[in-house]
Amino acid sequence: MTTLVIAEHDNAELKGATLNAVAAAAKLGGDVHVLVAGSNAKAVADQAAKAAGVAKVLLADAPHLADGLAENVAEQVLGLAQGYSHILFPATASGKNIAPRVAAKLDVAQVSDIVAVDGPDTFQRPIYAGNAIATVQSSDAVKVITVRTTGFDAVAAEGGSAPVETVAAVADSGLSAFVGREVAKNDRPELTAARVVVSGGRGLGSAENFKILDPLADKLGAAVGASRAAVDAGYAPNDWQVGQTGKIVAPQLYVAVGISGAIQHLAGMKDSKVIVAINKDAEAPIFGVADYGLVADLFQAVPELAAAL
Amino acid sequence: MKVLVPVKRVVDYNVKVRVKSDQSGVDIANVKMSMNPFDEIAVEEATRLKEKGGAAEVVAVSCGVTQCQETLRTAMAIGADRAVLVQTDAELQPLAVAKLLKALVDKEQPELVILGKQAIDDDANQTGQMLAALLGWPQATFASKLELADGKATVTREVDGGLETLSLKLPAVVTTDLRLNEPRYVTLPNIMKAKKKPLDTFTPEDLGVDVAPRLKTLKVSDPPARSAGIKVPDVATLVDKLKNEAKVV
Repeated sequence: MTTLVIAEHDNAELKGATLNAVAAAAKLGGDVHVLVAGSNAKAVADQAAKAAGVAKVLLADAPHLADGLAENVAEQVLGLAQGYSHILFPATASGKNIAPRVAAKLDVAQVSDIVAVDGPDTFQRPIYAGNAIATVQSSDAVKVITVRTTGFDAVAAEGGSAPVETVAAVADSGLSAFVGREVAKNDRPELTAARVVVSGGRGLGSAENFKILDPLADKLGAAVGASRAAVDAGYAPNDWQVGQTGKIVAPQLYVAVGISGAIQHLAGMKDSKVIVAINKDAEAPIFGVADYGLVADLFQAVPELAAAL
Repeated sequence: MKVLVPVKRVVDYNVKVRVKSDQSGVDIANVKMSMNPFDEIAVEEATRLKEKGGAAEVVAVSCGVTQCQETLRTAMAIGADRAVLVQTDAELQPLAVAKLLKALVDKEQPELVILGKQAIDDDANQTGQMLAALLGWPQATFASKLELADGKATVTREVDGGLETLSLKLPAVVTTDLRLNEPRYVTLPNIMKAKKKPLDTFTPEDLGVDVAPRLKTLKVSDPPARSAGIKVPDVATLVDKLKNEAKVV
């Protein structure tokens, strides 16, 4: 039994989500291999080789693998699939994009967003925005799985010394082409990897008012998130969205500001270690999950909190 | 060009589901059912393509129980021209739905399939990608902008940390994210008109598709509960608690 983990990276750096997926793979038992499909991505393969518990790293390097196009990466995975009992992707935008293509071509079900491994064929996954946890068993020969990163503590990034083996890259499918990327310019940590997250909701009232969170986030070294309501209202960009249909976060500290706490939002943050809620409505459902609730006008409380830290 | 829009009937966005006491699933008896919100965005996008002259016909399809007809009527009230229901009472998992949709694509020969990125019941986020793979078509998931020109779709996608733009050769599969558009409210005249639009029904057997589930649900349980903490009277107390009790700052 050997598991293949598909690495998430930007051709220069291995993304942390990969280490969570390796942790899930380790729970399955058996060897763990990591595939790095990219362009000029040797540095990424070398980083993956150092991750704890990795037995071998496969590097497929070609210009048409540079941008993670689903058609090409899925073919690359399919070419290597034989011999693996499990194929794991981090449940990131990239993993979610590619994994189902691999599963469909193998004619197997995909198990999405697992949060626990009960056995080599049995997994727990949230459904209905995390309002229920389904325990599912797969009878397929190969299990294609996406791993919710917050469900598994990352393995150590250093300490391993796995060999890196170069594998032949598949041909370019020619079906799709990468045109461009607009990366949000941001000095803050990445939302899903941040130790502290400060999120704003509709209570902020405008995109302008969202800036009130900046001094607090600066003080805490936090990433800034938003509820879907705030995103829908245009107060914050969509990639800030925390919730069922946005990002799933589990930081050490989550500060919810002006967020009422719709179930779809709670689905994205209720595994945070400590939750602070600041809201003027004492009946807001967010207080039902908050460790520390402050019923106050956020426009006074947030600057005061930033100043007091 | 023809656009196919798969839609799913799900528990309404505002319903908080309850786990059944025997842990066999969630209780969906007598709860409000609606079109999956992401699929509604897909129907809206296809309708706008048609209104702009980019699509000649919009066909809504759904797989599931008889009541999915209501979901299809809603799609036609938004703007779909006709509908196809693949009717079955069997449990349908994403791979089975993708196979049913592939059979319909083979029949209908659309140049574009637009559907929601995920359904808000099983939260699987698989069907569009699986359909694209089975068809050997390119895909653009999590779309926030879609433009068609010269046999190509240019799609802006919501990805971690920002946006990326892809160019796909048609035919292609596109899955919708929240900000692609804001679906219109359906009007009463359009609801009435939708009742007269054609709705064809097939079964999985008609399409020659084996829909047997591959994943067995052993149990469905409540998530670990998180208990409410305390309310603090002021910012100073909050800072004190965070520093000395929770030790997170």
